[in-house]
Amino acid sequence: MYRILTKKSLNYNVTQMEIDAPLVAAKAKPGQFIILRVDQGGERIPLTVAGIDKEKGSVKIVFKVAGSTTQILHYKEVGDSLCDFAGPLGNPTRTDGLKNVCVIGGGVGCAIALPVAKELKEKDARVTGIAGFKNEAQVLLEEEFRECCDDFYLMTDDGSRGAYGNVTLPLKELLEKDERFDEIIAIGPVVMMKFVTLVAKPFGIPVTVSMNPIMIDGTGMCGGCRLTLNKDGRREIRFACVDGPDFDGYEVDFEEALNRSRMYKAFESHAYEETCHLFSKIKD
Amino acid sequence: MGIIEKKFEMPVQSPGERIHNFGEVALGYDEETALLEAGRCLNCKNRPCVSGCPVNVDIPGFIQKIRSKDFEGAYEVISRSSSLPAVCGRVCPQETQCECKCTMGIKYEPVSIGRLERFVADLHNNSCAVKADTPVRNGHKIAVVGSGPSGLTCAGDLAKKGYSVTIYEALHKAGGVLVYGIPEFRLPKKIVEREIEGLRELGVDIQTNVIIGRTLLLEELFDMGFEAVYIGSGAGLPRFMNIPGEGLNGVYSANEFLTRSNLMKAYLDYPVTPIMKGGRVAVVGGGNVAMDAARTALRLGAERVYIIYRRSMEELPARREEVEHAKEEGVEFMELCDPVEITGYENREDPGDQRNGFVRGIKCRRMELGKEDESGRKKPVPIPDSEFVTDVTAVVIAIGTSPNPLIKSTTEGLIVNEKGGIVVNAAGKTSLNGVYAGGDVVTGAATVISAMGAGKTAAKAIDEWVGRQ
Repeated sequence: MYRILTKKSLNYNVTQMEIDAPLVAAKAKPGQFIILRVDQGGERIPLTVAGIDKEKGSVKIVFKVAGSTTQILHYKEVGDSLCDFAGPLGNPTRTDGLKNVCVIGGGVGCAIALPVAKELKEKDARVTGIAGFKNEAQVLLEEEFRECCDDFYLMTDDGSRGAYGNVTLPLKELLEKDERFDEIIAIGPVVMMKFVTLVAKPFGIPVTVSMNPIMIDGTGMCGGCRLTLNKDGRREIRFACVDGPDFDGYEVDFEEALNRSRMYKAFESHAYEETCHLFSKIKD
Repeated sequence: MGIIEKKFEMPVQSPGERIHNFGEVALGYDEETALLEAGRCLNCKNRPCVSGCPVNVDIPGFIQKIRSKDFEGAYEVISRSSSLPAVCGRVCPQETQCECKCTMGIKYEPVSIGRLERFVADLHNNSCAVKADTPVRNGHKIAVVGSGPSGLTCAGDLAKKGYSVTIYEALHKAGGVLVYGIPEFRLPKKIVEREIEGLRELGVDIQTNVIIGRTLLLEELFDMGFEAVYIGSGAGLPRFMNIPGEGLNGVYSANEFLTRSNLMKAYLDYPVTPIMKGGRVAVVGGGNVAMDAARTALRLGAERVYIIYRRSMEELPARREEVEHAKEEGVEFMELCDPVEITGYENREDPGDQRNGFVRGIKCRRMELGKEDESGRKKPVPIPDSEFVTDVTAVVIAIGTSPNPLIKSTTEGLIVNEKGGIVVNAAGKTSLNGVYAGGDVVTGAATVISAMGAGKTAAKAIDEWVGRQ
């Protein structure tokens, strides 16, 4: 069993938890993910590592309450335990040798972008951070981001906090001003990563994107997390769990990834509603 | 009593009934039928059946025990060689192993060794709660990676010899392919649990949620005091056909489809893990996994289920019994067909159409059999201009897997072959000292019993190796 050590709300529907998992903490690096089950009989869900405390033996996870499982997880309290917590899975984000990096986070993806930015800072890279959210209510980890970025741009779609617009605006401006990043690392919704890649392309700057497809085992067995890369005109299948989750943005078939992420949308919204009803009944 | 030419039939759930449930299809012999079937064994001198068994069960020995109604004695005979008798009685391809060597089989039908094995194991499991004697510990620690048939067998054999064995399993549940791959209607999970419980009684420690190669590295196991490691981490990445449309929604690998249904129980009425139910399903491939996927799809409510296979019915590699059961249940076989494209739904006028991006059909070309290839089977050759489309809503690809990549990518010095399988010698030893491997991680997708055989061989080699240290 894996105990919840701390729990904190990052905004109205995003929760951060610190989980007691010494074996995972000993190995985990930014960019890797874990798979958890809240209860016996529950669903396996992948979550990217949002922080690691090696001394304490704990791993931070951040999740947006979006489906049935994240909702059940959200109702767990400090001292409760998760029945399964396996990892670290996938490959760490490559940060070695990078001197000047733009780290872009979108929505809850910012929570995963943060440890990458921190690690880059620790390795003395110059870090430009761009964080994008729908609106002020969704903003999270702003202070933490500012602390580890040399330059930081906060964007909201409606301009209710930071500047008005999406993450590609400051990126484009910087690139047009001849900012030569060694690399752009984008973590967030598939659409955001797609547009970051499109904006960066004319400038020829490498883009790494962190893919988070539907997964079951996470160890290279089921093949559910596959995506297609365009490699010099050839289409090749890759598995996010063992080949990723980071991929070269110029190669990823984002349209396919976007489509695949919608496969169980109807099921998920139904399950979410069912769980809502369940919790409202319990509260009554 | 004269010679009875045919095997005694095993009662089964009727096809019309069983396609609506996940209960076991074959119901097993009763005592009377088992005695009659055991009576068919000639107890011949040269015992060819034993050599047909990858773990060399003393088959005539246990059949003689059945004849003398010493059923527990029969169980003991089997368990001297096999640690999973209730499993093997159900899933072994006996027709290509023990039964194909049976002397009776020369003129008549062979003795139904599998059904007898199953009878003995089930009787034991249902009647007997006797705890296995925990063997005296010899003070040596061995780690086993993976809790599938290979790892369980190796762990069981070593534990019986007195070793302290720890099994590391990546998933949340022990059993490997027995729990995520083979469906309930062919191998009830209660049986697997019972077999695993037996190992725990022998003192085997099973640690779930530990991925060797990630959570712990192989070399760390030696630092932790393990003297040898057996890698039975199983088949890994599913193969795809590399044809257009494999990224569409509704296209599954067999591993994913079966894992959702078996491990995550997506077949239940209110599952927590989704799966596409109903519709028209095409399963590509002709092995046992393809049969399992097709019959699972039927039970999930599919209107039509097709098996698409590029050779002819005669070359189908699946167990005969599974093919027969699949046919009875209404699975339609499209032999000599080779998929060239999976087509998707695309309503350009309405981008919000829920069906957009989902499978609409599968385009195949017809094949004919040409000359024999290197495998000795006739090679399928495409017939020009023979393409046709079959309307389907889901496609399950069951054309095999490549060995799991996780351990080899994180272990220096572990030699693998060009297909990614770990290279081992006849005793199961890898290129690293104290590291042994077997099962699908070595061979690529194969059978439960061959994986068990490899686990057994390695257990013996590990015992000898530790003894020499």
